[in-house]
Amino acid sequence: MTIVYDDRDGQAASDIPVRRIKFTINGAKKVAEVEPRLLLAHLIRQGLGLTGTHMGCDTTNCGACTVLVDGRAVKSCTMLAVQADGHEIETVEGLATASELHPLQEGFKEQHGLQCGFCTPGMMMAAKALLAANPDPTEEDVRWALSGNLCRCTGYQNIVKSVLWAAEKLRPQATADGSQQ
Amino acid sequence: MYPSRFRYEAPRSLAEAIELLAGGGGEAKVLAGGQSLVPLMKLRFATPELLVDINNVGGLDYHREDPDGTLHIGALCRHADLERSALLKGKQPTMAAAAPLIADPIVRNRGTLVGSLCHADPQGDWASVVLALGGSVVARGPRGRRAIPMADFVTGPFENVLEPDEVAVEAVIPAHKNTPAGGYLKLERRVGDFATVGVAVAVETSGGTVTRAGIALTGVGGSTIAATEAQQALTGQALTPPAIERAADLAAGAARPRTDHRGSAEYKRHMVRTFVARILAQAAGPDAAGPDTAAERAA
Repeated sequence: MTIVYDDRDGQAASDIPVRRIKFTINGAKKVAEVEPRLLLAHLIRQGLGLTGTHMGCDTTNCGACTVLVDGRAVKSCTMLAVQADGHEIETVEGLATASELHPLQEGFKEQHGLQCGFCTPGMMMAAKALLAANPDPTEEDVRWALSGNLCRCTGYQNIVKSVLWAAEKLRPQATADGSQQ
Repeated sequence: MYPSRFRYEAPRSLAEAIELLAGGGGEAKVLAGGQSLVPLMKLRFATPELLVDINNVGGLDYHREDPDGTLHIGALCRHADLERSALLKGKQPTMAAAAPLIADPIVRNRGTLVGSLCHADPQGDWASVVLALGGSVVARGPRGRRAIPMADFVTGPFENVLEPDEVAVEAVIPAHKNTPAGGYLKLERRVGDFATVGVAVAVETSGGTVTRAGIALTGVGGSTIAATEAQQALTGQALTPPAIERAADLAAGAARPRTDHRGSAEYKRHMVRTFVARILAQAAGPDAAGPDTAAERAA
């Protein structure tokens, strides 16, 4: 994998520090060589070509770049790519299978949870972390969990409905699995 | 935005981290949660030559209580860990109230309390909480371990007393001797914004009398402010409406707010008074609450 940087510093190539890291992204094991100052969001978008993770504000405010690191929601513009070494990353591309949308994606479709769609990947990943920790959230729980993700189109109402729709859809499966044990 | 170029090390032990910092020539920084440092580096406000990432150092992600009630919060204990903590909910009302108000839920997954103290932002919430509770920061360096009271830890905006080769390893909150009460209230324009005003109150009472009072203010001056006159006025008093009002007035007097896009100085000072009164009225319980609070509750 190659990442091309602008050379503004005029340093010799041999003076530029590079680290080799191993990580998992959406279940696939990867090795990358990165400069320590590369952000996780850049590794995902430019390095891996997974452009579903969006860069919005680039200042830790908007949450469009939210991904899961070992299951915890993280703003990938505020974590260094080298820090992914040894960890599991999940992006919006990991939600759907080849034939089926994830219930969260279905929920956003059914409940019109997006308009321009820019914030959607971050919303879905934050929601995924919420539903993993709390499969039966109240509306208040959903609003609280998504309070680090900004949307400029929807007024949030339909996003909240979408997540509750997905929770509902995911719940019977969890119960069925539980009763089989 | 990219940070400027730096060397990166991720040691697996504190001893290694200290050695790396000592070799950093004063141009090394410790990276814990990174939720303040990484943005500062992206904006090029911070340009360390060496970043010592302590996330791989084992055994720093704790928060625990000693048998005598002293609380220890490790350098890698995240805000989210404190937000979910059963230990704090039962025993430490001021910290339990503050934890869910730090930044936003996603930032709380990575950011740390100790990192927030080190960052020394006058608008940082935890500094007020730890100051009100009379806590300290424990640092480790080549010359050993030392505990620094929070009141002496911060020397100015974004400045603390740590030597370049020292790592802050934990925050310590002393055990309460009597019944603890208090809280943290924060006015923010939206979730994740810096505090327009924040107030931390930590009192201990015995038989209805205040035996210890800690009040600290966030975002209303060039540093975190300890409202010492308000603390002194409360100590030895019952939490009666007049005592609460007097403490609230004194705390408002200690604030040094500036008019900015978040509000006028007068408004901020007023909010300090309101928040101090509100937390103390709640600490006093429904019987002692003043008429304003009772009206609010009925509304």
